[in-house]
Amino acid sequence: MKNILIAAAAGVTTLGVLIGPAAAADPIRIGAVISKTGPAAFLGEPQQITLKHYVDKINKEGGVLGRSIDLVIYDDASDANTSRTFATRLIENDAVVAAIGTSTTGGTLAIAPVFEDAKIPLVSLAAGIEITEPVRSYVFKTPHTDRMVCVRIAADMKAHGFNSIALVTGTDGVGKSMRKECTDAAAAKSITIVANESFNPKDVDMTPQLTKIKNTKGVDAVFVGGFGQSLSVVTRNYGQLGLTIPQYHAHGSASKTYIELAGPASEGVRLTGPLLIVADQLRDNDPLKPAAVEYAKTYRELTGKDVSAFGGYSYDALLLIVDAIKRAGSTKPSAIRDALEKTKNLPGVTGMFNMTPEDHLGINENSLYMVNIKNGDWVLAQ
Amino acid sequence: MSQLLQFVISGITVGVIYGAVALGFTLIYNASHVVNFAQGEFVMLGALLTVFGIAAGIPYPLAALLAVGGTVLVSVALFDLALRPAGNAPIFALIIITIGASILLRGIARVAFGTSYFSLPPVAGGGPIAIGGAVLLPQSLVVVFGTIFIVVVLRLLMQNTLLGKAVIATSSDAMAANLVGINVSSIVRLSFAISGAIGALAGILIAPIALASHDMGALLALKGFAAAMLGGMGSPVGALVGGLLVGLSETLSAGYISSDYKDATAFIIILLVLSAFPNGLFGKGGYDRV
Repeated sequence: MKNILIAAAAGVTTLGVLIGPAAAADPIRIGAVISKTGPAAFLGEPQQITLKHYVDKINKEGGVLGRSIDLVIYDDASDANTSRTFATRLIENDAVVAAIGTSTTGGTLAIAPVFEDAKIPLVSLAAGIEITEPVRSYVFKTPHTDRMVCVRIAADMKAHGFNSIALVTGTDGVGKSMRKECTDAAAAKSITIVANESFNPKDVDMTPQLTKIKNTKGVDAVFVGGFGQSLSVVTRNYGQLGLTIPQYHAHGSASKTYIELAGPASEGVRLTGPLLIVADQLRDNDPLKPAAVEYAKTYRELTGKDVSAFGGYSYDALLLIVDAIKRAGSTKPSAIRDALEKTKNLPGVTGMFNMTPEDHLGINENSLYMVNIKNGDWVLAQ
Repeated sequence: MSQLLQFVISGITVGVIYGAVALGFTLIYNASHVVNFAQGEFVMLGALLTVFGIAAGIPYPLAALLAVGGTVLVSVALFDLALRPAGNAPIFALIIITIGASILLRGIARVAFGTSYFSLPPVAGGGPIAIGGAVLLPQSLVVVFGTIFIVVVLRLLMQNTLLGKAVIATSSDAMAANLVGINVSSIVRLSFAISGAIGALAGILIAPIALASHDMGALLALKGFAAAMLGGMGSPVGALVGGLLVGLSETLSAGYISSDYKDATAFIIILLVLSAFPNGLFGKGGYDRV
C-alpha cells in the first residue's frame, strides 16, 4: 500500500514538473544557494533573513503575475563543492525558473557553468569580477567589483594629491584581489606604490608591517584591504603607532562592528561606503534614497542589528528577478534572462541597475560613496 | 634601530600570548601525555564568557572570575565525560577525542555567542608608551607579567609541593603512581582544571589586544602547540620560551623579509630546532624502562 502511494506521489510530482508553468495557480519557484554557516556566514546570514522576509512580503501583497513565489534556500556551508551539489538539485529536483547565489566568489564560479548549461538565470551575491567578466549569457550579479572600489579610491587619492601610497592587504581571497585591482588602479592614475605589506586575517598584531610603512619615506596615504576583524586590528595598531597618514579602507570596513572594535583609532578613516550606510544623508530627491532607507529600517526592525551591504545584495537579486518576471510576463527561464538583460533604471539598495548584453552587473562606481568616519559614525564626504 | 625595537616589542607581546596557550598544553601533557587540542577553545571561552558577563551587567573582575570558573567546569567535563570513559584507549585516540571536543565547543560557541568579534576593555588603561621611537601598549605589559606570574606559580607548584610531585609521578608512570597511593584520576582531573583556568585567563588577558570570536581558538592552538613543541612538551619555562621564539621569528621575518612569508618562517625555524633537539629546547627525553 505504502509503495503504491509513493509511486503515485512520484507520478504526480513528475507530472507537476512536466506541466509546471502551465498551471496558473502554481507558485513560481526560485532557488537560492547561500552560505548561512561556515566562514562566510557573516554574508549568508543577513542574506537568508532578507530573502525570506521579502518573499513573504511579495506573497502577502499578491505575488508576481498573480502567482506566489516559492523560495527554495540551501545552505552551502561556505563550501564550493556543496554549492555545486545544491545547484544541481535546484535545477533537476526543484525545477526552479531562476536562482540567487552564492554568497562567495568561489561558490559562484563553481555553480555558474551548471546554470549556464541548464539555461536558467543566476544572480550572484559575490563581488568577484570573474563572475561577469567575460559575460556569461545566464549569469548576473549585484555587488560592486573590487576593481570599481579601487578605481573609486584611486580617483579620490589623486584628487587629494596623494601620489605615493602604501598598500596593506590580507592574504585571504578578498585581500589578494584588492591588492591586484588597486595596484592596477593606482598605476592607471600614475600613483606610485612605495610600500606593499600583507597580513594573515587571523593575526593578532600588524605592528611590524605598519612600522615598516611608518619608516618608509614619502607615503602620502595608506590603503587597507581585506575583510573581517583583521581590518580593525590594522586600524588599532595604526593608532597605537601614532601614524597620522590618511588611511583608506574598502567597504569591507563599512560596519559598526569595525568602528567599535577599532575604537578611537577609526576616527578620520576614509572608505568607500555602500549606498545603504549613507542613504539617509542623501538628498531627498535622489531616486536611490527611498528603497535603501526602507530596507535599512526593515532590517533593523527584523533583527535589531544594523543593516549590512551583504544583505542588500540579496535584496537586489530578488528585486532584479521579480522585476524581470513582471516585465517578461512569463516565467520561462529564457524570457527571464532576456528581461534581466534589459533592466533599466531600477533603483536597488546597492545602486541604480542598468543591464546591457555587455554588462551583467549594471551598477557603476557612482553608487560607491566616499565616507569619513567621524564621532563613530559615517559622514558623506563632499 | 627604533624599527628593530618595535619588532622585538611586538614579537614579545605576540610570543607571550602563544606561550600562555602553550602552558595549558604543557600541564595536561605532564599529567596524562594527552595533547589537548581543545586548549584553544578554553582561551576562547575565557574571553567570550567575560565579554558576555560584562554585557549582562556583571562587573569586570567578577565576570572574569566567573568566566574562569565556567571554563574550568567545561575542562573538567571534557575529562570526566569524554576522556575518562575512554579509559585505557591509546593516547592517539584520546588526542582525537580532544580534537572532537574542540570542534564541538567551537560549534556551541558559534550558536551561543554568534559569529561577531568582540573586544574587552584593557585592564591597564592609558595610551601607548613610547620607548626609543617604538611604542608599547600598557596591556602588553599586563599580558607579559600575567603570563610570567602563571609560569612562576606553576613551577613552584610542580617542584615544591606534594601535589606537584604527584603530578610528576603520574606523568612518569601512572600505574606505579597508583600503587603508591596517588589517585591518578584526580590528578589528571586537577591538571585539566588548572589548564582550563590558564586558558581562560590567557583569553581574558589577550582579548583587549587580539579581539575575541568563536573561532579564535584554532590558530592560537596551532601556534601554542608549536610553541610547546619548540620549548619541549611538558616544561612550563619551555612553553614560554617557545612562545617567545615563535612570536619573535614571526615579527622579525615580517619586518625584515616579507610579511607574506611570516608564518612559513616561524614554522621553518621550528622544524630546524626540532631536528637538532627532537625533544624541544627544555624537554626531557622520553624513555621506557624494560
